[in-house]
Amino acid sequence: MAAYIRVDREKCVGCGMCAGTCAQNAITIENAVAVIDQNACVLCRICLDSCPLSALSLVTEEKKENDLSQHSGIWVFAESRSGAPIDVALELIGKARELADRRGTDVTALIFGSDAHNHVLSLIAGGADRVFVGTDKMFDDLLDLPYAETICHLIEEHKPEAVLFGATPFGRSLAPRVAARLGCGLTADCTVLDIDRENGLLLQTRPAFGGNLMATITCPGRRPQMATVRPGIFAMPEPDPSRRGEMTEIDFMPRESAVRLISRTAAEARESISDARIIVSAGRGIGSQKNMKLIYELAGLLGASVGVSRPLVDLGWADHSHQIGQTGLSVAPDLLITFGISGAVQHLAGIGGAKKIIAVNTDPEAPIFSAAHYKVVADARDVLRELIAKLK
Amino acid sequence: MVNPFDTFAIEEAVRIKEKLGGEVVALSMGIPDTERLLRDACSRGADRGVLLSDRAFAGADTLATSYALSLWCRQYEPSLILCGKMAVDGDTAQIGPELAEHLGIPHITDVCEVIDVTREKITVRKDTGEGFEVLECPLPALITVLKDINLPRMASIPGVRYGHEADVQIFTASGLSADLTKVGLSGSPTQVVRTFTPQRSSEALPIEGDLSEIAGRLTDIIKEVL
Repeated sequence: MAAYIRVDREKCVGCGMCAGTCAQNAITIENAVAVIDQNACVLCRICLDSCPLSALSLVTEEKKENDLSQHSGIWVFAESRSGAPIDVALELIGKARELADRRGTDVTALIFGSDAHNHVLSLIAGGADRVFVGTDKMFDDLLDLPYAETICHLIEEHKPEAVLFGATPFGRSLAPRVAARLGCGLTADCTVLDIDRENGLLLQTRPAFGGNLMATITCPGRRPQMATVRPGIFAMPEPDPSRRGEMTEIDFMPRESAVRLISRTAAEARESISDARIIVSAGRGIGSQKNMKLIYELAGLLGASVGVSRPLVDLGWADHSHQIGQTGLSVAPDLLITFGISGAVQHLAGIGGAKKIIAVNTDPEAPIFSAAHYKVVADARDVLRELIAKLK
Repeated sequence: MVNPFDTFAIEEAVRIKEKLGGEVVALSMGIPDTERLLRDACSRGADRGVLLSDRAFAGADTLATSYALSLWCRQYEPSLILCGKMAVDGDTAQIGPELAEHLGIPHITDVCEVIDVTREKITVRKDTGEGFEVLECPLPALITVLKDINLPRMASIPGVRYGHEADVQIFTASGLSADLTKVGLSGSPTQVVRTFTPQRSSEALPIEGDLSEIAGRLTDIIKEVL
């Protein structure tokens, strides 16, 4: 029998809260009771938590639980360039350290590349207890297949309980390959990670699909639990050079990749808002495209970069390289000034690292104000003009 | 509406078919209503549609979805599978690589140009975010494409008519001999345990007054950072 969402007709009063959360419009209220169209329901389960009376439940067969007790330790795939770990690798090691301390377990980093052994100490100083190093030249080409094969081999041999990947283009290509090979779950683009001290369950929080909601996801029946995290979401750990750890060279040799690298060219350094110290950002509330000029003028006065919310990219007012949020970039400036951005969760997921946020919006209830430090309820264009005049 | 990212995959598949011949099949998994998307794909140049639809598939995470898709691919053995980069709502971009892994074929993500394709291999340009790579890969293979890859054609009037009449086959779990422990909710290792509206972490400090007062206060705050 296939699983389905059950409505308890005794408890349901037909308030319609559930219908409001359903992205599929599969719930209607008929005769003061919620009715679920089973042909439209995709079992996303977002409605379950919306019911104030707990009238909705998921009916499903009990899953057989596997023996998970052999799995321990938290691993981080430390993506590298010329052997040196990239920032997100260290950010993840810092987070893994935190989780491992809570759980009372250890942190292992995996690093690959012909010069990788020169960078083991930085991984240990960041929080790793053990580092696996693969120094074969084959890894320098950053091709998925040899990486996937080697990582799967190590996971099967050493049985970690969780493995974290940076959600870089390479990590987003590699991690699903590894997860599918091992038959494991994988949660993309987590913005919060926590761990249950007792059972080691990794609590993975990310914006839910559609709707202004966050979802916490777990993987109760399989190990390792796998997650990807965007660069800039977690803080860089303070390196502790006195930390001790061990290093193990990997003796496993993967097959040669079926995909061949013919050539690689570096792009001209693109201006990236990910690294900007000050950002002025704009959303739908700036009214019209010509007001982008004011945004650029203010940014120019402050030496700031320009960011936008997704609707402006969809409208063609700005290029995708300026988009902040779940489907754009994460930013962590010292100062972020937002104009006319309401603050959907997908957008807020990209600004968690900003140290100081000034938000300008006409709607006093806009969710952006929940993330902001300073709240200005006013028309974006008026404030822009006045501020530019004042700064000049 | 077809996921906008997928329209680029459909267009690229049609262009490859125009060069090498063969057949373009639009494949999806979803509720019965998803048939409309496949008819839309056929109006844009796909020859036919295949929809995997069954209550047993519902509640699938990316692992269970990619497994179900792989069942049909194993029967049909396409030489090249093209996927859109990701779903519109900030999806995971996991289906492509996971499907390739289930099929045991290589994959390349973030393709911004198909440089050459023959019946044996494909050569593509990949946007790595830091630059570009030219990669060569034997077929069968799977690629995920970016929106820079082409400018999709609009559906023509005969195209729309074709879309209405096109053959859209529907497969159920038993029709694909699916292992029921690997599809839908029961085949999904990940579970949503809680959904919530993000809480206000702290109250933002209101800055009020006339425009000149507001601008003055903001200037002071900005100057602390500069």
